[in-house]
Amino acid sequence: MFDLQGFGDQLLEGATITIQLAMASLVVGLILGTLAAVARLSDNRIAQKIATLYSTVIRGIPELLTVLIIYFGTATLLMAIARQFGYDEYIEIGPFTAGVIALGLTFGAYASEVLRGAIIAIPKGQREAGLSIGMSPMKIFFRITMPQVWKLALPGLGNLFLVLLKDTALVSVVGLHDIMMKTREAVSYSKDPFLFYSAAAFLYLSLTIVSMVFIHYMEKRTNRWGGQA
Amino acid sequence: MDFAVIVEYFPRLLQGAVTTLELVLVSGIIGSLLALPIGLARHSHRWWLKAIPYGYIFFFRGTPLLVQIFLVYYGIAQFESIRESSLWPYLREPYWCAIIAFSLNTAAYTAEILRGALGAVPRGEVEAAKSIGMRKVQLYKRIMLPRALGMIMPAYGNEVILMLKGSAPASTITLLDLTGMARTIIARTYTPIEIFLAAGVIYLLMSMAIIQLFRYLEMRSNRHMEVAR
Repeated sequence: MFDLQGFGDQLLEGATITIQLAMASLVVGLILGTLAAVARLSDNRIAQKIATLYSTVIRGIPELLTVLIIYFGTATLLMAIARQFGYDEYIEIGPFTAGVIALGLTFGAYASEVLRGAIIAIPKGQREAGLSIGMSPMKIFFRITMPQVWKLALPGLGNLFLVLLKDTALVSVVGLHDIMMKTREAVSYSKDPFLFYSAAAFLYLSLTIVSMVFIHYMEKRTNRWGGQA
Repeated sequence: MDFAVIVEYFPRLLQGAVTTLELVLVSGIIGSLLALPIGLARHSHRWWLKAIPYGYIFFFRGTPLLVQIFLVYYGIAQFESIRESSLWPYLREPYWCAIIAFSLNTAAYTAEILRGALGAVPRGEVEAAKSIGMRKVQLYKRIMLPRALGMIMPAYGNEVILMLKGSAPASTITLLDLTGMARTIIARTYTPIEIFLAAGVIYLLMSMAIIQLFRYLEMRSNRHMEVAR
């Protein structure tokens, strides 16, 4: 049906990079998001301020700008720090690392809002019940709060993952060989942009559909005991 | 940090910000005009009327905006018939290509928001309108749409902010929007941190202004409910 002129496997190779980037950013983002959500709900004023600033700033600037700042900025920053320690070599962070940091930061900022909402929704009595039978706050967090938060936050986090998946395309701007970059290479060789960008769109659409099916499965799985959080 | 660079190039950054706002405003207007019929069709009870907008919305929400921009900018120009048509002077310009891509993209998101609001108009109000003999056109013009408009505002405000941030990839097709301008300046001055941060601050300020604007609009379009609240 489509003649990809032998670039099919190149595009698929790009797709594996895109998937790797999305997965790595998801892990980083979930960790950052949880930390930020907990910080905002903590009693520590400074932690609250930092977490609020983080989520406001990241959500207010374009993802592309975040990617550019991390890619070009981090290297400059690291070099400035290294120079203080007498290290004068050129430092560079790769596009993949920069992408993971930038997209992880973005996902984390949005996820912190979703997770914060979910944590608030857990009845206070459960925490008090935990305390009354002598559980430590850490134990309450991991054994009572988190398992239920997961269930409440899953639909929101699922949507954020779909956004993250599409944002991975932006990292091609700093030279990552993902679907977009591979497509660009194919276009410059074949002079057939419409076909190849359509193929790229189709690949992203397939990834989106697979993710949606998986998210749906996870939601069903977490709700298999029924009941409410 | 070299603040002199920021001061020196600030007017150029503002110039870029104006282009960004222009892109958002023009594609916002075209997008919402397109969203109206799409959202109405999506709300319909006839399956064939629902199917087309569903496919349209699924495509534009499931693929990265960057792919959509490239499809319009590089993809369409490939066809002889387009290059010979009277629209070519526009379709050749990155500015109009960006506007076309953004308009189609935001139309998909806005249509989905509109569909949600149309579905949320209280049943009783629809029935009341029908019982006093309003025709379908009257029902939509006088009851459904004005009601939906009031409900849409918070979600549409979010969409406009997403559009503002989504406009940054326009810089990849050589447009000198805020991000594009920042990248051009950096190519000359080699001060990525200073200029990108300045651009980030301008984006943040624009987001905040949009949030305020939509708070005001929401208040205005719901002012008849002031007493009820």
